[in-house]
Amino acid sequence: MTLDPRDRGGPAQPLLSVSGLVKHFGGKGGLLGRGPVVRAVDGVDFAIAKGETLGVVGESGCGKSTTARLLMQINRPDAGDIVFDGEKLGTRALDLKTYRRQVQMVFQDSYASLNPRLTIEETVAFGPKAHGLSAGAALARAHDLLRRVGLEPRRFGGRYPHEVSGGQRQRVNIARALALEPRLLILDEAVSALDKSVEAQVLNLLDDLKRDFGLTYMFISHDLNVVRFMSDRVMVMYLGKIAEIGPADDILKAPRHPYTAALLASQPSTDPAARIEEAPLTGDPPNPINPPPGCRFHTRCRFAADLCRTREPGLDPVAPSHLAACHMAVEGSGHPQAPTLPMAA
Amino acid sequence: MNAPLRHPEVAADAALVHVRGLTVDFLGGRKPVRAVGGVDLDLKAGEALALLGESGSGKSVTLRALMRLLPEKRTRIGGTLRIDGQDVLALRKKSLAAFRGGTVAMIFQDPGLALDPVYRIGDQIAEAVVRHEGASHAQGRARALELFERVQIPSAARRLDNYPHEMSGGMRQRAMIALALACRPKVLLADEPTTALDATVQIQILLLLRELQRDLGLAVIFVTHDVGVAVQVADRVAVMYGGHLVEVGSSGEVIGAPAHPYTRGLLASRITPDSPKGVRLVTIPGSPPDLADPPPGCPFAPRCTLAVPACDDGLPERVALAPGHAARCIRVGAA
Amino acid sequence: MTTTLTPVEATASAPLPPVDLAEAAPVQAGRGYWGSVLSRLARDPVAMGAGIVILCIVLAAIFAPLIAPMDPFKGSMVRRLRHVGDATYWLGSDELGRDMLSRLLYAGRLSLFMGVLPVIIAFFIGSGLGILAGYAGGWVNTLIMRVVDVFFAFPSVLLAIALSGALGAGILNAIVSLTVVFVPQITRVAESVTVQIRGRDYVEAARVSGAHPVTVVRVQVLGNVLGPVFVYSTSLISVSMILASGLSFLGLGVKPPEPEWGLMLNTLRTAIYVNPLVAALPGVMIFLTSISFNLLSDGLRSAMEVRQ
Repeated sequence: MTLDPRDRGGPAQPLLSVSGLVKHFGGKGGLLGRGPVVRAVDGVDFAIAKGETLGVVGESGCGKSTTARLLMQINRPDAGDIVFDGEKLGTRALDLKTYRRQVQMVFQDSYASLNPRLTIEETVAFGPKAHGLSAGAALARAHDLLRRVGLEPRRFGGRYPHEVSGGQRQRVNIARALALEPRLLILDEAVSALDKSVEAQVLNLLDDLKRDFGLTYMFISHDLNVVRFMSDRVMVMYLGKIAEIGPADDILKAPRHPYTAALLASQPSTDPAARIEEAPLTGDPPNPINPPPGCRFHTRCRFAADLCRTREPGLDPVAPSHLAACHMAVEGSGHPQAPTLPMAA
Repeated sequence: MNAPLRHPEVAADAALVHVRGLTVDFLGGRKPVRAVGGVDLDLKAGEALALLGESGSGKSVTLRALMRLLPEKRTRIGGTLRIDGQDVLALRKKSLAAFRGGTVAMIFQDPGLALDPVYRIGDQIAEAVVRHEGASHAQGRARALELFERVQIPSAARRLDNYPHEMSGGMRQRAMIALALACRPKVLLADEPTTALDATVQIQILLLLRELQRDLGLAVIFVTHDVGVAVQVADRVAVMYGGHLVEVGSSGEVIGAPAHPYTRGLLASRITPDSPKGVRLVTIPGSPPDLADPPPGCPFAPRCTLAVPACDDGLPERVALAPGHAARCIRVGAA
Repeated sequence: MTTTLTPVEATASAPLPPVDLAEAAPVQAGRGYWGSVLSRLARDPVAMGAGIVILCIVLAAIFAPLIAPMDPFKGSMVRRLRHVGDATYWLGSDELGRDMLSRLLYAGRLSLFMGVLPVIIAFFIGSGLGILAGYAGGWVNTLIMRVVDVFFAFPSVLLAIALSGALGAGILNAIVSLTVVFVPQITRVAESVTVQIRGRDYVEAARVSGAHPVTVVRVQVLGNVLGPVFVYSTSLISVSMILASGLSFLGLGVKPPEPEWGLMLNTLRTAIYVNPLVAALPGVMIFLTSISFNLLSDGLRSAMEVRQ
C-alpha cells in the first residue's frame, strides 16, 4: 500500500514508536518551595504501524492530549524516546524540522486553530511557503488541498475563518495539516465539536484522505463509538498511563480492564428499554497531581483487592496483541479474580 | 425525607408548561433574525422532555425564552407562554425575579454561569433561599446542607464551605443543581448540562437528574444534541430543526420509528456500536439553514431527499402519527 | 534548506470523493477583518461623532492659515481681553490683545503634534519590545519586563516632568520625554497580548509546521497583537495631549509666543477673574480633543471585539 519514497524500514517497521514517555508539569517555583507536580504523562510505551489508525480514548486528565502535544514537540518530554520509521528523533538522522514535516496535527477547536486575520488559502499555504515553496506554488498547493477536502478554492479560498461553518473550518485545518505531506496525522478530538451530521461528513473525508495519501492516523476521541469505527487498534489511557491497548474490536467488545468496561457501560443507549439504571463508576476521575499508589484505578474499581492498592500492575499481554494493566487479567497475579495458573488448579 | 423539598401545590395533571406559537426574533442586525419560528409545547408536572437538535436549531434559545433570559433589548418574544398559571411574557420586574428560581430554574453546561466564583457555594444557596422565602440565614444554610445531601455530594457539610474552583467538574455540576433547586422550583430547564463532562461522570449526573425529577415531581426540559442522552433522561423527545419542532413523540416512537426525514437522517448518520467498519457513513447533505434567510416552506426541504415542490409552500402542518407522536412533514409515509 | 515537496498533482489525481459536502455556508463574500471593523464602527454613533470632531479639529489645524481671520501673533494693547461674542474678535482676545479664534486654530497644530507623535513613536518601540518579550519568553522576557517595571514605579505625570526638566525645555525634548513615558505602558500591553496569542492553537500549528520563529511572528502573531495594542495606544493620545499641554503650561514644552493650548492656558490664567470664559477656551479645546480620542478609541475597541 505504501509506495512512499520516504519509507525506510518497510511495512514491518512501526512508523512511530514511543518508549518511556514522561511529562510532568509544574513542580518548581511554588511560593514555599516546590509546587505540586502534575503527572500528565507518566511512562507510556506504544507503537503505531504504517498505515494503521490507532485510536486513543480516556477521560480528562488521562494524558491523551499531552501525549499528542509531546509527539508534536509542542511540549518537550521530560524523558522517553520517539522513534520515527527507525530513526530516533533528535539524532543527526532525524532533526526536528524533518520530523515535523512528517507528523502533523489537527486540533479540536476549529476556530481557535485558525488565524482570524488570514484567509483560508493563506492559512493552508503558510506551511509550504515556510518550507521554501514560492508564493505562487504554495498557493497552488493550497488550492489543490482545499479542493481535496471538499472546499471549492474559488469560492472559499478568500474567506476568513469566521465566514465559514464549523465543519468547513475543520476541513481547512485538515488541509493545513496535509499541506506539508505528513505521513502521520494526529487528530486530537478533531470531530468532537462538530454536529453529528457534519461529523459523519468529516469522518468520511478522513477515510478517503487516508487511503489516497497513504496516511497513518492517531485518532484521539472521547467517543468510543467513533473510535471503534475509525480505528484498527485502540489505546485506553487513565491518569497518565496506558490501561489497555489492542485490536479495536477486542478492546471494545471484550475489554479486559475494568476501566474500559466502565467507559463502555457509561455510554447511554438509544434504546429506551436499555436505559442505564446504575452508574458504572462513582465520582470524578482523580487529579493527576496526586495519583493513587498501586493501580491508579483502584480508587474507583469495584474489583479492587489489597494487591491493587499496593502493587502497580504492568502492561501485560492478555490475548494476541492485546495488553492490559490489570492484576485480574494476569494469571497467578495474586488477585482473587485472576485466572489461576494451570498447575495450581 | 424528600418530602420537604417537594413543592406543595404540584397538581399531578395540569399542564405546568403551556407554550403556543413561541417565536423569538433577534434584533440589532441589519434585519431581524427569527431563531425560533413558532414552537408549541405542553409539559405536565413530573414529565421530562428532551429538546434534541444541532447547533443553530434554536433549542437553547427556546429554553432561555421560557425563562426570559434573553437580552430584552435585542430580542422580541412572541406567542403564548404560560408556566404554572403565570403569563410569563407579562411578568414585571419583581414578579419575574420571584418566577425565576421560584417557579422555573435553569442549569447550564458551564457552571460558571450560575455559580459566583468569589462566594462559598453554601452561602450562595443560603442567600437564594433568604431572598426568595424571607428565611433566616441559618435556615438557608440548613437547606443548603439538605440539598447537598440530596444531590449526593460526599461529605456535604464540609463541601458547603468550598468555592466553585475547589470542586471537580462533576461536583460543580451537582452544586449547580443544588442551587437551582434551592427555591423549590416546579420546572427545571437544563441546557446541555453534561456535554462538557466525561462519560463516566455524565451518566452519574443524568441518573441524578432523573431521580430528582421523579422524587420531586419536577417538570424537566433537557436540551441536548446527543440522542443517547435524550433517551436516558426523557420520556418524550422533541426534535428541533431550523427554529421549528419537526417531530415530537415518546422517545421510543421518535428514536425507534422516526417519521420526519431530518430525524431519520440524524439517526442514520450516528455511529452505533454495531456500525460496520469500512462502510461509508450516511450523511445529511448540505448544512442547516441560514436563519436570516430561511427557506420559504419546510426548513429541511433544501437538504431533504424526499422534497417535492409542495414542500416550499409554507411550513408543513403537524401530522399526527399516533397519540402524542406528530411530525411536521407533508411527505410522512413516503419512502 | 531545499524543498523536496512533491508536486501536488501526484497525490491529487486520485478520483475525488463524491461531493456529499456542499455545506452551502450562509455567508456573504469576504470583506476582510478591518473592513468589517470599519463597518461596525460606522454604525456606532458616539464613535462616529467623536471621529467627526477629531477630523474637524485636525482639518482646522492644517488649514489654519486659510481660515484664521487674523494673525495669531499680532496683538493690540487697547483690545485686550475682549469677551466672547465680540464683533471683531468672535471668541474674544487674549491678554496681549491677540485674536483667540486664530490662536486656537493655530495652537491645534502644535498641540496635536505633541499629543500624537510621542504615542506613534512609543507604539512602534513598545510593540517591538512587547512582542519580543512575549514571544521569546525566558530571560529575554524577564529582562525587558523588569526594566519596564522600573518605569511603572513613577506616576506618568511626574516622570514626564522629571525627564523634561532634566533634558531642558523645548518641543523636541518634550516629545522625547513623553515617548519615554508611553513606551513601558505599550510594551506591557503588547507583551500580555503576545503571550496570550502565542498560546493559541493556530500559532502552535504554525510552529509545528517548522516555520522560522520570525516568520511565525510576522504572519501569525503580528496582525493579532497590533490591533489591540493600536486601540490601547489611541486611548493614550488623550493622556499625551494633556501631559504635553501640562509641560507647556509649566514652561517645559512650547515657548511663547508660539500658540499652544497648554501654554495659552498658562498665560491666560492671570485673566481668569477678568474674563473667565476666554481663559477657559484652551482648556475646552484640550478637553474636547482628548475626550473625542477616548470615545473613538472605545468605539474601535468594541468594534474589534465582535467575532462571528
